[in-house]
Amino acid sequence: MNNQRRDTLKAGSGLGMLGLLAAAGFIKPELAHAAWNQAAFDAKNMDAAFGAFNAGKPAESADVVITAPDIAENGAVVPVGVVSKLPKTEQIVILIEKNPNMVAATFTLPEGTVADVQTRVKMGQTSDVYAMVKADGKFYMAKKEVKVTLGGCGG
Amino acid sequence: MANPMRIRAAAKDGVTEVRVLMSHVMETGQRKDSSGAPIPAHFITELTAKHNDKVVLSAEFGPSVSTNPYLAFKFNGGAKGEKLSVSWVDNKGDSRTDEVQIS
Repeated sequence: MNNQRRDTLKAGSGLGMLGLLAAAGFIKPELAHAAWNQAAFDAKNMDAAFGAFNAGKPAESADVVITAPDIAENGAVVPVGVVSKLPKTEQIVILIEKNPNMVAATFTLPEGTVADVQTRVKMGQTSDVYAMVKADGKFYMAKKEVKVTLGGCGG
Repeated sequence: MANPMRIRAAAKDGVTEVRVLMSHVMETGQRKDSSGAPIPAHFITELTAKHNDKVVLSAEFGPSVSTNPYLAFKFNGGAKGEKLSVSWVDNKGDSRTDEVQIS
C-alpha cells in the first residue's frame, strides 16, 4: 500500500475542513489595527528608522538581549530573538543595518505579554542587528553583529 | 487562499508559549526573475494574535522577514482548551486567520 498517498489524502481533507470553516464565517479575518508604519519600513538609514518611531537616539541597554548566531551560514533564514528585561516593555523592533529596508519587524506587546519574541529574518550581508525596545515611554537598544556567509537577498 | 498556519500554543505554569509558522513567499521586491524583470514585492505586513478575544501580540513585518515566517512569543495567562487565533494581512490584501486550542 502506498502510505504516502494515504497521508496526502488525509492532509488534504484537513485543509478542506479549514476552508469550509472559513467560508462559513466561523473564522473571521479581522485585525485590530490597520496603520502599517510605512515611514519605518521605508527608512534607508538608522537615524531615519529610529526617527520613524520618534525614538531619537535610543540608549544602549544591557537589559535588552539579542539572541542570534555569530555566523549565519544562510542569510535567507537567520533566527533572531529579543528579550527585554526592562519593566513595561511596550514595543520591540528588529532592525538590520545593511539591509535595503532596515526595519525587519515590529512587535507591539500589550500588558501581560512577555517581552520575549523570536522570529527569522533575511540578511543580505554581514551586518549589525539592532533590537530597539520601547519601555515605559523610553527607547533602548542593543546590537549584535551577525556574519553572513551566503546572502539572503537577490540571486 | 494561502496555506494554513501551523500554530502551537502550550500553557505551562501560567504562561502560554505560542509558536507560529506561516506559509508565505515573503517576496522582497528586490529580486529579479530569469529574464531580468523585477519580481513584485509580496509579503505579510501585519499580524495579530488573540487569546479568546483579547489581543496578546500585534506585529508589523517588513520584507526582511524570512520566507515562511516563524514567530514565537509568550504571554501570561491562558489555560488548556482556551482559544488562540492568529491573523495576518499581506501587502496584496490577502489575509488568513487560523485558530487553535491551547494545550
